[in-house]
Amino acid sequence: MSQTPAELKYASSHEWVRREEDGSITVGISDHAQDALGDVVFVELPDLGAQLAASDEAGVVESVKAASDVYAPVSGEVIAVNEVLEDAPETVNSDPYNDGWFYRLQPSDASEYEKLLSAEEYDAQCAEES
Amino acid sequence: MLQVPLDSLHRELGAKMVPFAGYDMPVQYPSGIIKEHLHTRTAAGLFDVSHMGQLVVSGPGTTAALEALVPVDLAALPVHKQSYALLTNDDGGVRDDLIITRWGDEEYFLVVNAACKEADIQYLRDHMPEQIFRLLPDHGLLALQGPLAREVLSAHVPELAQLPFMQGLSAHLAGAEVYVTCSGYTGEDGFEISIPAAAVEAIARLLLDHPAVAAAGLGARDSLRLEAGLCLYGHELDATVTPVEAGLMWSVSPSRRARGERPGGFPGAAIMFRQQTEGVTYKRVGLTVSGRRPVRDGQQVLSSDGVAVGVVTSACYSPSLELPIAMARIDASFAEPDLQLLVDVRGKQVPVTVTKMPFVPQRYYRG
Repeated sequence: MSQTPAELKYASSHEWVRREEDGSITVGISDHAQDALGDVVFVELPDLGAQLAASDEAGVVESVKAASDVYAPVSGEVIAVNEVLEDAPETVNSDPYNDGWFYRLQPSDASEYEKLLSAEEYDAQCAEES
Repeated sequence: MLQVPLDSLHRELGAKMVPFAGYDMPVQYPSGIIKEHLHTRTAAGLFDVSHMGQLVVSGPGTTAALEALVPVDLAALPVHKQSYALLTNDDGGVRDDLIITRWGDEEYFLVVNAACKEADIQYLRDHMPEQIFRLLPDHGLLALQGPLAREVLSAHVPELAQLPFMQGLSAHLAGAEVYVTCSGYTGEDGFEISIPAAAVEAIARLLLDHPAVAAAGLGARDSLRLEAGLCLYGHELDATVTPVEAGLMWSVSPSRRARGERPGGFPGAAIMFRQQTEGVTYKRVGLTVSGRRPVRDGQQVLSSDGVAVGVVTSACYSPSLELPIAMARIDASFAEPDLQLLVDVRGKQVPVTVTKMPFVPQRYYRG
Protein backbone atom coordinates (compact mmCIF):
# COMPACT_ATOMS: atom_id res chain seq x y z
CA MET A 1 0.00 0.00 0.00
CA SER A 2 1.48 3.35 -0.89
CA GLN A 3 1.73 6.01 1.77
CA THR A 4 0.69 9.61 1.32
CA PRO A 5 1.98 12.00 4.00
CA ALA A 6 -0.84 14.27 5.19
CA GLU A 7 1.42 17.33 5.63
CA LEU A 8 2.21 17.53 1.89
CA LYS A 9 0.20 18.79 -1.07
CA TYR A 10 -0.05 16.94 -4.39
CA ALA A 11 -0.50 17.67 -8.07
CA SER A 12 -2.82 15.49 -10.12
CA SER A 13 0.26 14.65 -12.24
CA HIS A 14 1.68 12.78 -9.17
CA GLU A 15 4.22 15.29 -7.83
CA TRP A 16 4.26 16.08 -4.12
CA VAL A 17 4.94 19.60 -2.81
CA ARG A 18 6.30 20.67 0.59
CA ARG A 19 6.25 24.33 1.71
CA GLU A 20 9.49 25.13 3.54
CA GLU A 21 9.87 27.66 6.37
CA ASP A 22 11.59 30.15 4.05
CA GLY A 23 8.60 30.13 1.67
CA SER A 24 10.30 27.99 -1.01
CA ILE A 25 8.68 24.75 -2.06
CA THR A 26 10.26 21.35 -2.58
CA VAL A 27 8.98 19.00 -5.30
CA GLY A 28 9.28 15.23 -5.73
CA ILE A 29 7.15 12.40 -7.04
CA SER A 30 4.72 10.47 -4.87
CA ASP A 31 5.17 6.97 -3.49
CA HIS A 32 2.28 5.94 -5.71
CA ALA A 33 4.14 7.33 -8.74
CA GLN A 34 7.47 5.67 -7.95
CA ASP A 35 5.67 2.37 -7.34
CA ALA A 36 3.86 2.61 -10.68
CA LEU A 37 7.10 3.46 -12.52
CA GLY A 38 9.16 0.66 -11.00
CA ASP A 39 12.95 0.84 -10.69
CA VAL A 40 14.08 4.39 -11.52
CA VAL A 41 17.34 4.44 -13.51
CA PHE A 42 17.62 8.09 -14.60
CA VAL A 43 16.26 11.47 -13.56
CA GLU A 44 16.56 14.63 -15.63
CA LEU A 45 16.15 17.73 -13.45
CA PRO A 46 15.37 21.31 -14.53
CA ASP A 47 18.22 23.83 -14.85
CA LEU A 48 19.03 26.00 -11.87
CA GLY A 49 17.51 29.43 -12.41
CA ALA A 50 14.89 28.15 -14.86
CA GLN A 51 11.55 29.98 -14.69
CA LEU A 52 8.74 27.43 -14.73
CA ALA A 53 5.02 28.04 -15.11
CA ALA A 54 2.59 25.68 -13.39
CA SER A 55 2.16 22.49 -15.48
CA ASP A 56 5.37 23.12 -17.46
CA GLU A 57 7.56 20.09 -18.07
CA ALA A 58 10.21 20.16 -15.38
CA GLY A 59 12.20 17.04 -16.13
CA VAL A 60 11.95 13.36 -16.96
CA VAL A 61 12.05 10.29 -14.80
CA GLU A 62 13.08 7.08 -16.55
CA SER A 63 12.39 3.64 -15.12
CA VAL A 64 13.57 0.33 -16.52
CA LYS A 65 10.31 0.23 -18.45
CA ALA A 66 9.46 3.77 -19.58
CA ALA A 67 10.11 7.50 -19.56
CA SER A 68 7.66 9.83 -17.81
CA ASP A 69 7.58 13.60 -17.75
CA VAL A 70 7.63 15.46 -14.46
CA TYR A 71 5.64 18.70 -14.28
CA ALA A 72 5.96 21.88 -12.22
CA PRO A 73 3.09 21.87 -9.70
CA VAL A 74 3.31 25.66 -9.27
CA SER A 75 5.06 28.56 -11.04
CA GLY A 76 8.44 29.81 -9.90
CA GLU A 77 12.21 29.87 -10.24
CA VAL A 78 14.31 26.74 -9.73
CA ILE A 79 16.63 27.50 -6.79
CA ALA A 80 18.03 24.02 -6.04
CA VAL A 81 18.15 20.55 -7.61
CA ASN A 82 18.88 17.22 -5.92
CA GLU A 83 22.25 16.25 -7.39
CA VAL A 84 22.21 12.96 -5.48
CA LEU A 85 19.75 11.63 -8.08
CA GLU A 86 22.39 11.92 -10.81
CA ASP A 87 24.38 8.98 -9.42
CA ALA A 88 21.70 7.36 -7.26
CA PRO A 89 18.38 7.64 -9.12
CA GLU A 90 17.12 4.61 -7.14
CA THR A 91 16.73 7.00 -4.16
CA VAL A 92 13.42 8.00 -5.79
CA ASN A 93 12.19 4.44 -5.12
CA SER A 94 13.67 3.99 -1.66
CA ASP A 95 12.82 7.39 -0.14
CA PRO A 96 10.43 9.34 -2.41
CA TYR A 97 9.39 11.96 0.19
CA ASN A 98 12.79 12.81 1.68
CA ASP A 99 16.15 12.02 0.07
CA GLY A 100 14.41 11.39 -3.26
CA TRP A 101 13.26 15.01 -3.71
CA PHE A 102 13.72 16.48 -7.22
CA TYR A 103 14.08 20.27 -7.04
CA ARG A 104 13.16 23.40 -5.07
CA LEU A 105 11.22 26.38 -6.41
CA GLN A 106 10.81 29.97 -5.25
CA PRO A 107 7.09 30.27 -6.04
CA SER A 108 5.86 33.33 -7.91
CA ASP A 109 2.16 32.93 -7.11
CA ALA A 110 1.27 31.79 -3.58
CA SER A 111 -2.35 31.06 -4.52
CA GLU A 112 -1.31 28.15 -6.75
CA TYR A 113 -0.08 26.16 -3.74
CA GLU A 114 -3.48 26.42 -2.09
CA LYS A 115 -5.16 24.89 -5.14
CA LEU A 116 -3.11 21.67 -4.98
CA LEU A 117 -4.67 18.43 -3.75
CA SER A 118 -4.65 17.33 -0.12
CA ALA A 119 -3.33 13.85 0.69
CA GLU A 120 -6.89 12.62 0.96
CA GLU A 121 -7.90 14.08 -2.40
CA TYR A 122 -4.76 12.68 -4.04
CA ASP A 123 -5.39 9.19 -2.64
CA ALA A 124 -8.94 9.36 -3.96
CA GLN A 125 -7.60 10.25 -7.42
CA CYS A 126 -5.13 7.33 -7.34
CA ALA A 127 -7.87 4.93 -6.27
CA GLU A 128 -9.99 6.13 -9.19
CA GLU A 129 -7.13 5.64 -11.69
CA SER A 130 -6.31 2.10 -10.60
CA MET B 1 -8.25 -10.75 -21.69
CA LEU B 2 -7.07 -14.36 -21.42
CA GLN B 3 -5.68 -15.71 -18.17
CA VAL B 4 -2.71 -18.00 -17.68
CA PRO B 5 -3.10 -20.99 -15.31
CA LEU B 6 -0.98 -19.19 -12.70
CA ASP B 7 -3.07 -16.01 -12.67
CA SER B 8 -4.12 -16.30 -9.02
CA LEU B 9 -0.59 -17.19 -7.86
CA HIS B 10 0.81 -14.12 -9.66
CA ARG B 11 -1.72 -11.92 -7.86
CA GLU B 12 -0.99 -13.63 -4.54
CA LEU B 13 2.72 -12.86 -5.08
CA GLY B 14 1.86 -9.19 -5.67
CA ALA B 15 2.66 -9.13 -9.39
CA LYS B 16 1.92 -6.09 -11.50
CA MET B 17 -0.22 -7.56 -14.27
CA VAL B 18 -0.22 -6.02 -17.75
CA PRO B 19 -1.93 -6.97 -21.00
CA PHE B 20 0.50 -8.75 -23.34
CA ALA B 21 -0.51 -10.51 -26.58
CA GLY B 22 -4.07 -10.86 -25.31
CA TYR B 23 -3.08 -12.27 -21.91
CA ASP B 24 -2.90 -10.74 -18.46
CA MET B 25 0.78 -11.29 -17.67
CA PRO B 26 3.07 -10.45 -14.72
CA VAL B 27 5.53 -7.73 -15.78
CA GLN B 28 7.17 -7.66 -12.36
CA TYR B 29 6.74 -8.69 -8.72
CA PRO B 30 7.20 -6.39 -5.69
CA SER B 31 11.00 -6.80 -5.62
CA GLY B 32 11.21 -5.08 -9.02
CA ILE B 33 12.76 -5.79 -12.42
CA ILE B 34 16.39 -5.09 -11.45
CA LYS B 35 16.37 -7.46 -8.46
CA GLU B 36 14.52 -10.17 -10.42
CA HIS B 37 17.04 -9.81 -13.23
CA LEU B 38 20.10 -10.02 -10.96
CA HIS B 39 18.59 -12.92 -9.02
CA THR B 40 18.24 -14.84 -12.30
CA ARG B 41 21.89 -14.11 -13.17
CA THR B 42 23.13 -15.28 -9.74
CA ALA B 43 20.61 -17.94 -8.58
CA ALA B 44 17.37 -18.92 -10.37
CA GLY B 45 14.34 -17.04 -11.67
CA LEU B 46 10.98 -18.67 -12.35
CA PHE B 47 9.12 -17.21 -15.34
CA ASP B 48 5.58 -17.97 -16.44
CA VAL B 49 5.55 -18.02 -20.25
CA SER B 50 2.26 -19.87 -20.60
CA HIS B 51 1.07 -17.28 -23.12
CA MET B 52 3.37 -18.79 -25.73
CA GLY B 53 1.87 -21.14 -28.31
CA GLN B 54 2.55 -24.85 -27.88
CA LEU B 55 1.60 -27.37 -30.56
CA VAL B 56 2.50 -30.79 -31.85
CA VAL B 57 2.66 -31.57 -35.57
CA SER B 58 2.75 -35.17 -36.70
CA GLY B 59 1.86 -37.70 -39.38
CA PRO B 60 3.70 -39.21 -42.36
CA GLY B 61 5.77 -36.63 -44.25
CA THR B 62 5.96 -34.11 -41.39
CA THR B 63 9.75 -33.77 -41.57
CA ALA B 64 9.69 -32.89 -45.26
CA ALA B 65 6.63 -30.63 -44.91
CA LEU B 66 8.22 -28.62 -42.06
CA GLU B 67 11.55 -28.44 -43.87
CA ALA B 68 9.74 -26.68 -46.73
CA LEU B 69 8.87 -23.87 -44.28
CA VAL B 70 11.99 -23.52 -42.07
CA PRO B 71 15.70 -23.48 -43.00
CA VAL B 72 16.62 -26.27 -40.60
CA ASP B 73 17.97 -29.75 -41.30
CA LEU B 74 15.22 -31.56 -39.43
CA ALA B 75 16.07 -34.86 -41.12
CA ALA B 76 19.37 -34.80 -39.22
CA LEU B 77 17.84 -33.67 -35.90
CA PRO B 78 17.87 -36.54 -33.37
CA VAL B 79 14.73 -37.28 -31.35
CA HIS B 80 14.51 -35.02 -28.23
CA LYS B 81 16.95 -32.50 -29.73
CA GLN B 82 15.71 -29.00 -30.43
CA SER B 83 16.51 -26.31 -32.93
CA TYR B 84 15.86 -22.58 -33.05
CA ALA B 85 14.06 -21.92 -36.33
CA LEU B 86 12.69 -19.08 -38.43
CA LEU B 87 9.43 -19.25 -40.33
CA THR B 88 10.56 -17.29 -43.37
CA ASN B 89 8.42 -15.64 -46.05
CA ASP B 90 8.88 -15.34 -49.81
CA ASP B 91 10.62 -11.96 -49.42
CA GLY B 92 13.22 -13.51 -47.14
CA GLY B 93 11.58 -11.86 -44.12
CA VAL B 94 10.53 -13.59 -40.92
CA ARG B 95 6.95 -14.59 -40.01
CA ASP B 96 7.99 -15.73 -36.55
CA ASP B 97 10.83 -17.38 -34.70
CA LEU B 98 10.19 -20.61 -32.86
CA ILE B 99 11.73 -23.61 -31.15
CA ILE B 100 11.23 -27.02 -32.76
CA THR B 101 11.79 -30.19 -30.73
CA ARG B 102 11.78 -33.54 -32.45
CA TRP B 103 9.52 -35.94 -30.55
CA GLY B 104 9.56 -38.82 -33.03
CA ASP B 105 10.32 -39.82 -36.61
CA GLU B 106 7.44 -37.72 -37.84
CA GLU B 107 6.43 -35.82 -34.72
CA TYR B 108 7.55 -32.33 -33.68
CA PHE B 109 6.79 -30.09 -30.69
CA LEU B 110 6.70 -26.39 -31.57
CA VAL B 111 6.79 -23.37 -29.26
CA VAL B 112 5.86 -20.12 -31.01
CA ASN B 113 5.47 -16.49 -29.96
CA ALA B 114 2.23 -15.56 -28.20
CA ALA B 115 1.50 -12.63 -30.50
CA CYS B 116 2.03 -14.78 -33.63
CA LYS B 117 0.42 -18.04 -32.61
CA GLU B 118 -2.96 -17.68 -34.36
CA ALA B 119 -1.30 -16.60 -37.61
CA ASP B 120 1.41 -19.29 -37.30
CA ILE B 121 -1.09 -22.09 -36.77
CA GLN B 122 -3.19 -20.93 -39.72
CA TYR B 123 -0.09 -20.68 -41.91
CA LEU B 124 1.20 -24.11 -40.87
CA ARG B 125 -2.19 -25.76 -41.41
CA ASP B 126 -2.49 -24.14 -44.84
CA HIS B 127 0.97 -25.32 -45.89
CA MET B 128 0.87 -28.76 -44.27
CA PRO B 129 -2.68 -29.92 -45.08
CA GLU B 130 -1.77 -33.60 -44.67
CA GLN B 131 -0.36 -33.20 -41.17
CA ILE B 132 -2.09 -33.73 -37.83
CA PHE B 133 -2.08 -30.71 -35.50
CA ARG B 134 -2.52 -31.04 -31.78
CA LEU B 135 -2.69 -27.67 -30.04
CA LEU B 136 -1.80 -27.50 -26.37
CA PRO B 137 -3.78 -24.54 -25.00
CA ASP B 138 -4.39 -26.71 -21.93
CA HIS B 139 -0.65 -26.65 -21.15
CA GLY B 140 1.28 -24.02 -19.27
CA LEU B 141 4.97 -23.26 -19.84
CA LEU B 142 7.34 -22.35 -17.01
CA ALA B 143 10.98 -21.33 -17.45
CA LEU B 144 13.45 -21.87 -14.62
CA GLN B 145 16.59 -19.94 -15.51
CA GLY B 146 19.90 -19.21 -13.85
CA PRO B 147 23.09 -20.87 -12.57
CA LEU B 148 21.19 -22.74 -9.82
CA ALA B 149 18.29 -23.88 -12.03
CA ARG B 150 19.93 -27.24 -12.74
CA GLU B 151 20.53 -28.03 -9.08
CA VAL B 152 16.96 -27.04 -8.14
CA LEU B 153 15.19 -28.96 -10.88
CA SER B 154 17.35 -32.07 -10.88
CA ALA B 155 16.51 -32.56 -7.19
CA HIS B 156 13.01 -33.42 -8.49
CA VAL B 157 13.99 -34.89 -11.88
CA PRO B 158 17.42 -36.56 -11.43
CA GLU B 159 17.65 -37.59 -15.09
CA LEU B 160 18.08 -34.00 -16.23
CA ALA B 161 21.22 -33.38 -14.16
CA GLN B 162 23.35 -33.73 -17.32
CA LEU B 163 20.78 -32.63 -19.93
CA PRO B 164 22.65 -30.43 -22.43
CA PHE B 165 21.48 -27.20 -24.06
CA MET B 166 18.75 -27.67 -26.71
CA GLN B 167 17.74 -31.16 -25.62
CA GLY B 168 14.56 -32.36 -23.91
CA LEU B 169 13.04 -35.29 -22.03
CA SER B 170 9.68 -36.46 -20.67
CA ALA B 171 9.52 -36.56 -16.90
CA HIS B 172 7.27 -36.80 -13.87
CA LEU B 173 7.25 -33.72 -11.71
CA ALA B 174 4.95 -33.32 -8.70
CA GLY B 175 2.85 -36.19 -10.03
CA ALA B 176 2.36 -34.65 -13.45
CA GLU B 177 3.61 -35.72 -16.87
CA VAL B 178 5.80 -32.86 -18.13
CA TYR B 179 8.23 -32.20 -20.96
CA VAL B 180 11.44 -30.47 -19.92
CA THR B 181 13.92 -28.88 -22.31
CA CYS B 182 17.26 -27.30 -21.53
CA SER B 183 16.59 -23.96 -23.17
CA GLY B 184 15.51 -20.43 -22.40
CA TYR B 185 15.65 -16.78 -23.24
CA THR B 186 18.04 -15.35 -20.67
CA GLY B 187 21.51 -16.50 -21.77
CA GLU B 188 21.75 -18.61 -18.61
CA ASP B 189 21.62 -22.34 -18.12
CA GLY B 190 18.03 -23.31 -17.46
CA PHE B 191 14.93 -25.19 -18.45
CA GLU B 192 11.53 -24.73 -19.96
CA ILE B 193 8.83 -27.05 -18.63
CA SER B 194 5.62 -27.78 -20.53
CA ILE B 195 2.96 -28.73 -17.97
CA PRO B 196 -0.74 -29.71 -18.08
CA ALA B 197 -2.66 -26.63 -16.87
CA ALA B 198 -4.03 -28.35 -13.77
CA ALA B 199 -0.51 -29.05 -12.46
CA VAL B 200 1.16 -25.71 -13.24
CA GLU B 201 0.43 -24.11 -9.89
CA ALA B 202 1.61 -27.09 -7.82
CA ILE B 203 4.88 -27.18 -9.77
CA ALA B 204 5.38 -23.42 -9.56
CA ARG B 205 4.86 -23.52 -5.78
CA LEU B 206 7.21 -26.49 -5.45
CA LEU B 207 9.97 -24.62 -7.31
CA LEU B 208 9.33 -21.32 -5.52
CA ASP B 209 9.66 -23.14 -2.18
CA HIS B 210 13.37 -23.54 -2.88
CA PRO B 211 15.30 -20.62 -1.34
CA ALA B 212 17.33 -20.15 -4.55
CA VAL B 213 14.23 -19.54 -6.68
CA ALA B 214 12.39 -16.22 -7.04
CA ALA B 215 9.51 -15.35 -9.34
CA ALA B 216 10.56 -13.09 -12.22
CA GLY B 217 8.29 -11.27 -14.65
CA LEU B 218 8.27 -10.32 -18.31
CA GLY B 219 10.20 -7.12 -17.52
CA ALA B 220 13.24 -9.07 -16.31
CA ARG B 221 12.82 -11.57 -19.13
CA ASP B 222 13.17 -8.71 -21.62
CA SER B 223 16.28 -7.18 -20.01
CA LEU B 224 17.88 -10.64 -19.65
CA ARG B 225 17.34 -11.53 -23.31
CA LEU B 226 18.63 -8.14 -24.43
CA GLU B 227 21.84 -8.57 -22.39
CA ALA B 228 22.15 -12.01 -23.99
CA GLY B 229 21.85 -10.43 -27.46
CA LEU B 230 18.70 -12.41 -28.33
CA CYS B 231 16.12 -11.11 -30.81
CA LEU B 232 12.50 -10.34 -29.96
CA TYR B 233 9.95 -10.82 -32.71
CA GLY B 234 8.27 -7.51 -33.55
CA HIS B 235 11.41 -5.62 -32.52
CA GLU B 236 14.57 -7.04 -34.15
CA LEU B 237 12.58 -9.37 -36.42
CA ASP B 238 9.54 -8.89 -38.62
CA ALA B 239 8.19 -9.74 -42.05
CA THR B 240 10.53 -7.19 -43.67
CA VAL B 241 13.80 -8.15 -41.93
CA THR B 242 15.81 -11.02 -43.37
CA PRO B 243 17.95 -13.43 -41.30
CA VAL B 244 21.03 -11.99 -43.04
CA GLU B 245 20.17 -8.49 -41.84
CA ALA B 246 19.30 -9.76 -38.37
CA GLY B 247 22.59 -11.69 -38.08
CA LEU B 248 20.71 -14.99 -37.75
CA MET B 249 22.18 -16.99 -40.64
CA TRP B 250 23.74 -19.26 -37.98
CA SER B 251 20.20 -20.61 -37.52
CA VAL B 252 20.16 -21.86 -41.13
CA SER B 253 21.53 -25.42 -41.01
CA PRO B 254 24.81 -25.79 -42.97
CA SER B 255 23.27 -28.42 -45.27
CA ARG B 256 20.58 -25.94 -46.34
CA ARG B 257 22.84 -22.97 -47.04
CA ALA B 258 23.91 -21.87 -50.53
CA ARG B 259 26.88 -24.27 -50.56
CA GLY B 260 25.19 -27.02 -48.56
CA GLU B 261 24.26 -30.53 -49.71
CA ARG B 262 20.64 -29.56 -50.27
CA PRO B 263 20.60 -25.78 -50.52
CA GLY B 264 17.42 -23.74 -50.15
CA GLY B 265 13.99 -25.29 -50.38
CA PHE B 266 12.45 -22.85 -47.90
CA PRO B 267 10.66 -19.51 -48.52
CA GLY B 268 12.96 -16.61 -49.39
CA ALA B 269 16.11 -18.76 -49.77
CA ALA B 270 17.22 -17.12 -53.03
CA ILE B 271 16.98 -13.63 -51.51
CA MET B 272 18.98 -14.63 -48.44
CA PHE B 273 21.68 -16.33 -50.51
CA ARG B 274 21.96 -13.29 -52.76
CA GLN B 275 22.25 -10.98 -49.73
CA GLN B 276 25.02 -13.18 -48.37
CA THR B 277 27.15 -12.63 -51.47
CA GLU B 278 26.10 -9.08 -52.36
CA GLY B 279 25.78 -7.70 -48.82
CA VAL B 280 22.86 -6.05 -47.04
CA THR B 281 21.72 -2.46 -46.56
CA TYR B 282 20.87 -2.84 -42.87
CA LYS B 283 22.30 -4.85 -40.00
CA ARG B 284 21.33 -5.57 -36.41
CA VAL B 285 23.86 -4.22 -33.92
CA GLY B 286 24.25 -3.79 -30.18
CA LEU B 287 24.66 -0.31 -28.71
CA THR B 288 26.17 0.67 -25.37
CA VAL B 289 25.00 4.04 -24.11
CA SER B 290 27.40 6.60 -22.61
CA GLY B 291 25.98 8.13 -19.46
CA ARG B 292 22.82 7.16 -17.64
CA ARG B 293 20.11 8.54 -19.90
CA PRO B 294 18.31 5.52 -21.41
CA VAL B 295 17.47 5.30 -25.09
CA ARG B 296 14.15 3.72 -26.14
CA ASP B 297 13.01 1.60 -29.05
CA GLY B 298 11.77 3.62 -32.01
CA GLN B 299 14.32 6.40 -31.46
CA GLN B 300 16.55 7.41 -34.37
CA VAL B 301 20.22 6.43 -34.57
CA LEU B 302 22.47 9.13 -36.06
CA SER B 303 26.03 9.11 -37.34
CA SER B 304 28.52 11.23 -35.39
CA ASP B 305 27.80 14.10 -37.81
CA GLY B 306 24.06 13.85 -37.20
CA VAL B 307 22.84 11.95 -40.29
CA ALA B 308 20.05 9.39 -39.66
CA VAL B 309 21.48 5.86 -40.09
CA GLY B 310 18.88 3.65 -38.38
CA VAL B 311 16.50 3.02 -35.53
CA VAL B 312 16.62 1.52 -32.03
CA THR B 313 14.67 -1.78 -31.97
CA SER B 314 14.97 -2.69 -28.27
CA ALA B 315 16.47 -0.92 -25.29
CA CYS B 316 16.73 -1.32 -21.55
CA TYR B 317 18.77 -0.47 -18.52
CA SER B 318 21.23 -3.36 -18.11
CA PRO B 319 21.18 -4.39 -14.44
CA SER B 320 24.34 -6.51 -14.93
CA LEU B 321 26.40 -3.76 -16.59
CA GLU B 322 24.68 -0.90 -14.73
CA LEU B 323 24.24 1.17 -17.87
CA PRO B 324 21.68 1.50 -20.65
CA ILE B 325 22.03 -0.83 -23.65
CA ALA B 326 20.11 -1.30 -26.89
CA MET B 327 19.83 -3.13 -30.16
CA ALA B 328 19.36 -1.22 -33.40
CA ARG B 329 18.83 -1.76 -37.11
CA ILE B 330 21.34 0.49 -38.84
CA ASP B 331 22.96 1.18 -42.19
CA ALA B 332 25.39 -1.73 -42.63
CA SER B 333 28.33 0.61 -43.33
CA PHE B 334 28.06 1.86 -39.72
CA ALA B 335 27.84 -1.62 -38.18
CA GLU B 336 31.46 -1.57 -36.99
CA PRO B 337 32.27 -2.51 -33.38
CA ASP B 338 33.51 0.47 -31.34
CA LEU B 339 32.10 3.00 -33.80
CA GLN B 340 30.66 6.05 -32.03
CA LEU B 341 27.09 6.97 -32.97
CA LEU B 342 24.29 9.08 -31.47
CA VAL B 343 20.68 8.38 -30.54
CA ASP B 344 18.12 11.16 -30.71
CA VAL B 345 16.34 10.98 -27.33
CA ARG B 346 13.53 13.53 -27.61
CA GLY B 347 15.84 16.10 -29.16
CA LYS B 348 18.91 15.30 -27.03
CA GLN B 349 21.76 13.54 -28.81
CA VAL B 350 22.98 10.71 -26.60
CA PRO B 351 26.37 9.16 -27.49
CA VAL B 352 26.37 5.38 -28.04
CA THR B 353 29.01 2.86 -29.10
CA VAL B 354 28.42 -0.08 -31.45
CA THR B 355 29.10 -3.14 -29.29
CA LYS B 356 29.62 -6.82 -30.07
CA MET B 357 26.89 -9.01 -28.61
CA PRO B 358 26.08 -10.70 -26.32
CA PHE B 359 26.52 -7.86 -23.84
CA VAL B 360 26.76 -10.47 -21.07
CA PRO B 361 28.37 -13.86 -21.84
CA GLN B 362 25.93 -16.73 -22.48
CA ARG B 363 26.39 -19.61 -20.04
CA TYR B 364 24.64 -22.55 -21.65
CA TYR B 365 25.40 -26.06 -20.40
CA ARG B 366 26.72 -28.05 -23.33
CA GLY B 367 27.44 -31.29 -21.46
